[in-house]
Amino acid sequence: MIREALDILAGWSAIDLWIVVTGALAAMACAVPGCFLLLRRQSMMGDALSHTSLLGVVLAFLAADKLADLGWLAPAAKGGVHHAIMVAGAMVVGLLAAILTEWIQKRGRVEASAALGVVFTIFFALGLLLVRVAADKAHIDPDCVLYGTVESAGIGDGVPEPALVNGIVLLVNLALVFLFFKELRISAFDPGLATALGVNARAMHYALMAVTAATLVAAYESVGVIVVVAMLIAPPATAHLLTDRLGRMILISLVVAAVGALLGHAMAVVLPRIVFARLGYTTVGSASSAGMMAVASGLLFGAAALFAPRHGVLSKSLAQWRLGLKIAAEDLLGLLYRLEEHGLSAHGAAAPDLLQRALPVGRLTAALASWTLRRNGSLLVTAGGYRLTDKGRMAARGLVRGHRLWESYLAKHFPLPPDHLHASAEMAEHYLGAQLRQELAGELAETAKVDPHGRSIPGEKDKA
Amino acid sequence: MSRFRLAIRAPAAPCAAAIVFCLLLLASPLRAAGEKFAARQGELAVAAQNDAPQRHVPRRDADHHSLTDTRWQWPTWDDFVSVVSLRNVNTLWVLLGTTILGVSAGVVGVFMLLRKRSLAGDVVGHASLPGIAVAFLVCEAISPGAEKSLPALLVGAAVSGLAGVLCMAGIRRLTRIKEDAALAIVLGTFFGLGIALFTVLQSIPSGNQAGLDKFIFGNAASMLGGDLWLLAITALVVLLSCALLFKELSLVCFDEDFAAVQGWPTFLVDTVLMGLVVLVAEVGAQTVGLILVVALLIVPAAAARFWTQRVLVMTLLGAALGGLSTGLGTILSALFPNFSAGPIIVLTGGAIFAVSLVFGARRGMAWRLITLIQMRNRVGRHDLLRAFYEALEKSSARNGKPAAAAALTERSIGLDDLLVRRRWSPPRLRRLVAAARRQGLVVVDQKQLRLTEAGAAAARRAARNHRMWELFLIQHADVAPGRVDRYADQIEHVLEPDVVRELEDLLARGYPELAVPASPHALEPAGGKP
Repeated sequence: MIREALDILAGWSAIDLWIVVTGALAAMACAVPGCFLLLRRQSMMGDALSHTSLLGVVLAFLAADKLADLGWLAPAAKGGVHHAIMVAGAMVVGLLAAILTEWIQKRGRVEASAALGVVFTIFFALGLLLVRVAADKAHIDPDCVLYGTVESAGIGDGVPEPALVNGIVLLVNLALVFLFFKELRISAFDPGLATALGVNARAMHYALMAVTAATLVAAYESVGVIVVVAMLIAPPATAHLLTDRLGRMILISLVVAAVGALLGHAMAVVLPRIVFARLGYTTVGSASSAGMMAVASGLLFGAAALFAPRHGVLSKSLAQWRLGLKIAAEDLLGLLYRLEEHGLSAHGAAAPDLLQRALPVGRLTAALASWTLRRNGSLLVTAGGYRLTDKGRMAARGLVRGHRLWESYLAKHFPLPPDHLHASAEMAEHYLGAQLRQELAGELAETAKVDPHGRSIPGEKDKA
Repeated sequence: MSRFRLAIRAPAAPCAAAIVFCLLLLASPLRAAGEKFAARQGELAVAAQNDAPQRHVPRRDADHHSLTDTRWQWPTWDDFVSVVSLRNVNTLWVLLGTTILGVSAGVVGVFMLLRKRSLAGDVVGHASLPGIAVAFLVCEAISPGAEKSLPALLVGAAVSGLAGVLCMAGIRRLTRIKEDAALAIVLGTFFGLGIALFTVLQSIPSGNQAGLDKFIFGNAASMLGGDLWLLAITALVVLLSCALLFKELSLVCFDEDFAAVQGWPTFLVDTVLMGLVVLVAEVGAQTVGLILVVALLIVPAAAARFWTQRVLVMTLLGAALGGLSTGLGTILSALFPNFSAGPIIVLTGGAIFAVSLVFGARRGMAWRLITLIQMRNRVGRHDLLRAFYEALEKSSARNGKPAAAAALTERSIGLDDLLVRRRWSPPRLRRLVAAARRQGLVVVDQKQLRLTEAGAAAARRAARNHRMWELFLIQHADVAPGRVDRYADQIEHVLEPDVVRELEDLLARGYPELAVPASPHALEPAGGKP
């Protein structure tokens, strides 16, 4: 199967390269404003802007058509003018949508997401109707707007026009971020503070909306009006899982966007042929690259959500599991120490099933805990059962000392009944290091010999 | 779980009864129309078999409209009459179907709006695209080349819509990514997958792709008898679940934590609500399209919010406005048969929203504006009368006692005397005087103003309220005498009679003469002419 995939990829040509470059540039251009939308929790504003920009484009085309009729615009204006008109129209209508949403939200007291939903669906519906009216003049194909035509990027010689447009937008976006990094950052994280410091947070908000609308309209000719939403938010969200610093987040999101485009196109070329050939359809071609690019960025996000070093689901649950294991091992040590102290264990050894019953964890965790303790030389298994080594006794002494110091501390400073002390100490003991124990002992001074239950508090060092 | 009772409660019983009643009411005329419709469907089917290759020839009032078809014209009078009188059985059935859809979407939308999850419907709509494609493939594998059964496609759509909702919930719960980004990621990724699958489907040679396009942009006009049944069953499920779970849904919408503390299964209630959203979104997708189906869920509910503060009323209104917008939209789209119905239905809903935004009885802007203007007039009147009282007070006082109402009417003053009392512009003062004159509070005689009997009483009352509040602030709130004037200025206009009585009781001991207490601070003109 891998060989099959490599065979298909061996047919990689300049066309594929240009498709990937165009897709990557579009995704990277989108990722820059996407980072700030994500941090401002306005991701769905991106979705709304991409829908409303349809209306902007159609209106811009109708306006250009009128201008051409009046003779103010060369009728055959193409290329740069064509794109400038589209971008301007989308920016104006996008800003209008943002302002209208805020107005309805404030003046009509409508909940934010509902106001957004009302405005963008109405704008999109209007756009769809106007496409109908304007279709013979505007040369807009709704299907193309919806699905994108990144595949057409590779046709023709030299640098394709969409790649050029998206590249320019990317450079402009990067320049804007570079120039206004401080303002963007502070107004994204704390608009109130930004306003207090003299940065106009509202102006930043509307500027971000305008830039996003322009970026979306430049990108969606390539990737389609809805897929572009995935490109706007998924790479920044992936980067957000991988780092806590804004500058790094933007850089990582650019890389993720580019990788997503490459992976997406490869998947679009390879997957249908492999999967559908097995289902018996031998004639299928490749899937929509734009669609697959969205899927790829979604998959990258999923991978980051699972495997990110600090914020990933797996690493978080692994860290939690390890903490649980450490606590179980410490509980085991503490239990053995207390048994020794009471002289309950014959010859210093305790039967494993007794321990199992006393510990509040499952059999597997208990077994793992005792295994880790044996491995680091804190525990010996003899014929009579478990027994502490000197090293284990040291650790257990510290633990029990921490437990009883904490109980004494609570009893001294908080008016708690004696039977409420143990539960808190049982949790706190695992987090009391030697330093904290010393401070607690200093604080308790003379009373640091016996805990509230009348048991003696062991010293830091073995005096016997 | 034992608290999760399904008993019919007070608001639910009338709802359920109303639903059953409406269904019974509609039953007999529908059966007659249904027979006619079935006959027509038979003819259509025969016709379709006869000219199978030319299926996509545009027909006047039904069938498929490609978005790139550019011909459109204003409807003629005959068209208008025939559509509005519902003479065409097809139009009647489509109208009935979309109205049922609008009603159920409106009801679900109300709870989604109150739950602040309005945009979840958007995700459900977009996320169902890959499911439709997969269901299509499965059907194609079972019977190649055949017409795809709608229920199968809908099941596929519902499964992948639910998968989208689950992904969203998973991202929100397990990662640091917030809800809005989770929505956007799931929506974009699933739709991308759907588009990729669709492009592959189009290259399958034997594939009969009829009906797939319909899901993206919707096509209300091609509604068949089976679709109508589907819509009716959906509506029944939606309305019955909302009626039976009315209390639970409202509780979870308004105070989730309280509901959880009280022992209600909030997660289960949420799941039921999302299930209803998926149901409505998938069934509605055929009519208005996957992309716009969220509008059916949001717009009527948001419009209903302007009219009422009560959940039950809002739910009923959401249903009514939902039905109205889809019904009107359907009639409009029948008048313009070359436009797709989805956008027209959405725009009709938008118009209803705009009307509600302006004229809504509880939160509408016009109503609030009127209240605001009334308040401003009242404030202006009070200010004017109090300024009058203060200007006349000294000269009308008789041996230390406050000026009697009769004494106030004797003297007249010029506009300039009033102008220096407050920071108001001459035009505003002139407007206030004119208003007071219309209300019979002031008489103007050769540019001199004089209070009438009613005006004098009102002026005394205004000054009295102001000063009592000032005294209250000084005695009970430890506010310095120099500052009470401004605070009292803000509150004196909204003092209700029972508050005034309480103030009287509070202040009675210190001020036995409470007719109009003396001002606790110097009454200098407010800083010269503005």
